[in-house]
Amino acid sequence: MSATEQAAKDVPVIEIDGLNKWYGTFHVLRDINLSVDQSERIVICGPSGSGKSTLIRCINRLEEHQEGRIVVDGTRLTNDLKNIDAVRREVGMVFQSFNLFPHLTVLENCTLAPIWVRKTPKVEAEAVAMEYLERVKIPEQAGKYPGQLSGGQQQRVAIARSLCMRPKIMLFDEPTSALDPEMIKEVLDVMVDLADTGMTMLVVTHEMGFASQVADRVVFMDEGQIVEQNTPDEFFSNPQSERTKLFLSQILSH
Amino acid sequence: MIHKPFHRTHTDMLGERPAPLATVGVMGWMRANLFSSLANTVLTVLAIYLLWVSIPPFLQWAIFDGQVYGENRFSCKGEGACWAWLDQRIGQFLYGFYPSEETWRINLALVLLFPALAPWLMENVPGKRYLRWFSVFYPIIAVFLLVGGFGLTEVSTDALGGFTLNLVVGLAGIVLSLPVGILLALGRQSRLPLIRWFSIIFIEVVRGVPLITLLFVSNIILPIFLPADVALNSVARVIVMITAFASAYMAEVIRGGLQAIPKGQYEAAQAMGLGYWQSMRLIILPQALKISIPGIVNTFIGLFKDTTLVIVIGLFDILGISRAMVSNPDWLGLSSETYVFVSLFFFVVCFAMSRYSMSLERKLDTDQR
Repeated sequence: MSATEQAAKDVPVIEIDGLNKWYGTFHVLRDINLSVDQSERIVICGPSGSGKSTLIRCINRLEEHQEGRIVVDGTRLTNDLKNIDAVRREVGMVFQSFNLFPHLTVLENCTLAPIWVRKTPKVEAEAVAMEYLERVKIPEQAGKYPGQLSGGQQQRVAIARSLCMRPKIMLFDEPTSALDPEMIKEVLDVMVDLADTGMTMLVVTHEMGFASQVADRVVFMDEGQIVEQNTPDEFFSNPQSERTKLFLSQILSH
Repeated sequence: MIHKPFHRTHTDMLGERPAPLATVGVMGWMRANLFSSLANTVLTVLAIYLLWVSIPPFLQWAIFDGQVYGENRFSCKGEGACWAWLDQRIGQFLYGFYPSEETWRINLALVLLFPALAPWLMENVPGKRYLRWFSVFYPIIAVFLLVGGFGLTEVSTDALGGFTLNLVVGLAGIVLSLPVGILLALGRQSRLPLIRWFSIIFIEVVRGVPLITLLFVSNIILPIFLPADVALNSVARVIVMITAFASAYMAEVIRGGLQAIPKGQYEAAQAMGLGYWQSMRLIILPQALKISIPGIVNTFIGLFKDTTLVIVIGLFDILGISRAMVSNPDWLGLSSETYVFVSLFFFVVCFAMSRYSMSLERKLDTDQR
């Protein structure tokens, strides 16, 4: 590994400094500092309303922040549309409600952004899309419309659709929360596979099994701030703050 | 009563049975739809009775006793409808005052309309790409054919009339009001205050005024927005005003469709890096327009029937021609016949639009499992 490559690896791929955000007068994110290294897998958890989704939505500017600095892959997020577009090209996002485009087939969902944003030729985009649909194990559904698929299949298509843009970072906003219990595993399996490829991942989830299996770091948020962050082992076996202990006792009690 | 533990093993699961005979087929349909209850049975009998007392006498009057040939109304004898004017005046009803030796130009424009519309209305048309280019140039071709110049005898637009005028104004209005309506709907949701305010004011003012008054004042209003040396003929003025009027309605119909699109669709498009116009064109509008089809076609049909209002600025569309004819001593009092005939023309066109929109809705329905 050359010196510059080493240096590139040491520079965090996401840097968040002193991030503050308000919805009107409501202070939703308070003084967030977070830096994410290349290939790092981070699980963000916390009670609902704690600002976890808002935090990752700031990273691809679906939400605007009022104070602080967010740098994604060397690009600083400001009002500059060019910077926003640059970041969005490198950051994929998977939503709780899938948000597949219902008027397009699965394959068209996957090729749309590569064709229109990356200007990839259609044939090539389709080949890449089939490759990723293969990886999420539903190539046979390529010609169907999203409405014809189950929730778990739709979410896997959504993951494949994001990957087709060949992003450097993947954001997951509660990807299994809208799924029936028997479908959660098929989506988590795909995410575990993805983690194995070295993708940088930020995952907002309540799936603590996934967190302990895959995450390099668990970030616990409450009332708009990061309360605690640690390796999964330490986080689950030896939580530091009272809030964390309370949260863990509530979600692990069944 | 004691509840026994209830479970089935795989071998004693129940198989399928055919549905009861009385619920399927013609008998089943009639039972379910015509005779499902006492009230429904009464309504069915009443409906059959009403059809029985209205349809046969109408057919008797219009067809069996109808008279087709004759010089004027005095040649019509008997009780039936007098269609003799059709033979004499059909040219005026269709072409207005267009010189009769030039009416082939209108016919040709009408024939060329079909290949121009086909690539937009039908899915499997051979040579779609070339036909699309043809339809881009079609308006120029049509205007050239109708108005003349460049070797063709020039015909004043004042000669346009009859059903030709309804078609010209209606088609131009329909083709223009959809894109203008889309832009106004997007403008009304714009983040830029200037664009938003312009859209809101345009929509509310134009929608809040009767179309007739817009047509009356078009020769006062339009010159304000146009350069001093541009004078529009009356047909063009009508097209501009009817387009403006319909697009204000269209904008609100489409805005309804836009609001029905979940926020997640906008976010997914943004997150993938699509720009505003890309996400509108590729993601949002295809869905919003699909939802709005009934309202859009509703506006189209209203617009097409509103073309009869051109009479207020002295143009003679098919309705104007028929009103003029029934006040002519030769044909005095034949209003039933002429209005039945005019209604039939409008009904055919409007019903076709309605059926097409229904088939389009079915085709675009991708939500069905």
